[in-house]
Amino acid sequence: MNDKENEIYMEFDAVSENERLARVVIAAFLARLDPTVEQLEDVKTAVSEAVTNAIIHGYEEKGGKVVMRASLSTEDMLEIHICDTGVGIADVEQAMQPLFTTGADKERSGMGFSFMEAFMDGVEVESCVGEGTKVHMWKSFAECVEAQPILQAAVWNRDGRL
Amino acid sequence: MEQNTEEFAIINNYLCIRMPREVDHHGAAGIRESADRLILDDQVKNIVFDFENTTFMDSSGIGIIIGRYRKISCFGGKVYAINTNKRIRKLLKTSGMSAIIEILEENTSNE
Repeated sequence: MNDKENEIYMEFDAVSENERLARVVIAAFLARLDPTVEQLEDVKTAVSEAVTNAIIHGYEEKGGKVVMRASLSTEDMLEIHICDTGVGIADVEQAMQPLFTTGADKERSGMGFSFMEAFMDGVEVESCVGEGTKVHMWKSFAECVEAQPILQAAVWNRDGRL
Repeated sequence: MEQNTEEFAIINNYLCIRMPREVDHHGAAGIRESADRLILDDQVKNIVFDFENTTFMDSSGIGIIIGRYRKISCFGGKVYAINTNKRIRKLLKTSGMSAIIEILEENTSNE
């Protein structure tokens, strides 16, 4: 079904209305894999968290450029990189703790990284104070693609058309 | 098509917030400010978050719920979530919200 690698690169202003743009783009990028609603929503939530972090924490809501790079391998592995050149994170391990937030006054829940970890197969964060932050996330869609013909066959059987 | 804006109603001492189609950081400040004005002015005791129109939410939505919970729980108020679809319930459970708010499941939608 999916025999070619594919990659997209996108740079956009660090403004909150672009959180939705990033979600729409990643959903469209994944469309050819025919993901389940749950898989699609998982990726959209993870992207939304990473982009929101870049806007609020990386650039402290003063603006800048966010880069989103996404690629699909021949094995249906999705990889997403979301990068900013903002203030960076001094202690990445602490930042990734559930409920840890420096945005308590803005009522951030401290769940951003937890949601990325919960909804993707893996998350890695690289950050350097004064230089910016790179979030690398991945999720495999291989099982989804293999399961599809079986599901279709079952539907056809039930309708007596197979 | 539903508008991507929130709506508010006060019934007795319950503030009902109809959440927008997409709950993210972009719209969070507006919801927070409007809700807090009503909580202050109208002596709201309990809050009901209605997710009937909501198809997307990230941790910004969890921040809205925690913040409102803090404002009313010290006066003995409760927070409820209604019309939650499977996705919203997953987010509320993953974030641990299900321990502090009541998720009313008898009226589920989008499933």
